[in-house]
Amino acid sequence: MHFRFDIIVDYIPLLLKGAALTIGISALAIVLGSILGLAVSFGKMSSRWYLSWPTSGYIHFFRGTPLYVQILIVHFGLVPACIGHTDAIVAAITALALNSAAYTAEIYRAGIQSIDKGQTEAAQSLGMTSGQTMRFIILPQAVRRMIPAFGNEFVVLIKDSSLVALIAAPELMYWSNVMRGQYLRVWEPYLAAAFIYLILTYSLSKLLGWMEKKGVAG
Amino acid sequence: MTAGPIIEVTGVHKSFGANTVLKDVSMQVAPGEVVVIIGPSGSGKSTLLRCLNGLERPERGEIRIEDRSLLDAGSSITEIRSRMGMVFQQFNLFPHLSVLRNITLAPVQVRKLEPANAEELALSLLGKVGLGEKAGQFPASLSGGQAQRVAIARALAMEPRIMLFDEPTSALDPEMVGEVLAVMKELAAEGMTMVIVTHEMGFAREVGHRVLFMEQGMIVEEGAPRQLFDEPRQERTKAFLSKVL
Repeated sequence: MHFRFDIIVDYIPLLLKGAALTIGISALAIVLGSILGLAVSFGKMSSRWYLSWPTSGYIHFFRGTPLYVQILIVHFGLVPACIGHTDAIVAAITALALNSAAYTAEIYRAGIQSIDKGQTEAAQSLGMTSGQTMRFIILPQAVRRMIPAFGNEFVVLIKDSSLVALIAAPELMYWSNVMRGQYLRVWEPYLAAAFIYLILTYSLSKLLGWMEKKGVAG
Repeated sequence: MTAGPIIEVTGVHKSFGANTVLKDVSMQVAPGEVVVIIGPSGSGKSTLLRCLNGLERPERGEIRIEDRSLLDAGSSITEIRSRMGMVFQQFNLFPHLSVLRNITLAPVQVRKLEPANAEELALSLLGKVGLGEKAGQFPASLSGGQAQRVAIARALAMEPRIMLFDEPTSALDPEMVGEVLAVMKELAAEGMTMVIVTHEMGFAREVGHRVLFMEQGMIVEEGAPRQLFDEPRQERTKAFLSKVL
């Protein structure tokens, strides 16, 4: 077999354009998913059943069904129901954010519950409200412990974002599929895509490793 | 100054599952009084102390702090707590904040002091507990005795009317017990109302105005230190004291 670097070179602009969208979709999904996940985790930890039951169901649904199915439901069901028509990029970000929120919610919960009860008691004994206790005492300590788990989640999310090629969001995987279609070749488009994903995930884990060190140092 | 008791506990019951920890406990503390609670492990003395600022909630009974019901307080419990300092066995300093920030956080957030005023207050309290030079350090770099003195300063920064101490020296190495007790003695001498759960019998005798002996969730005997330690009336008190003295 002869490996054709020349067609990869031809496709580099499109692959990079796709990779840029992969980064954009993933970054937005991470941000939205982390915010939604925080709310979901508070819901699940609540002692009020009307908060804990739905959020618990949410987590079960998004962790217990394939992302593939979730993307289709969001693309053909949820997004049209909300904005009247569908849009691949909006659907991609929404599906990934909803999915990621279920996982980050559990990361928040584990981090928050890992903080010693004495911290809450000390804050309460000083007259702080539960909101103040969470904001000034619990979250700052818990976030540091969450960084490694968040790092893993972000890496998984970048890889999972390749699934949105399914609904023709023009990200990295979409363009390698196009490339395969044009040249009827398999190795070049998919190895090129794999290599770019590897660069993305590797740089992200390096960045998070650095943040973790900084976080531990103070 | 209220004429009546500053703390009034009436008929308090508390259980954890099938385990009854407090059985119909009643007690009062007068303003400026130093009450020491002694008793064997599991006698309910720490639970009683924790009920006084709402960290535990009794199933039955009434607790009044400065003539306000603690159990009916709802969200204004934070206001009652802010007037009542608590010192824990495990210090419970905030490890992510400097010593200074540990002390200024609640005054700024709860009492709404200006940060500069809170810092001034914190530094003077650190001076008082003999740790003026530790303001910029983090809790991890403190010894147990230093950490507990910072915890006392942190509670005092709220300018409380009452101080609760839950076995404040039990987690300390023996050579550090003295420095913490010295700070507590000074507070007592200034007229602070204090409720102290402790195993330090010498301290209880010297500083306490009144000593309560608890066993199996009940106050078995109470009295002036001299009377309770030297002439206990109850057999159970005698048996306990013969083991610890």
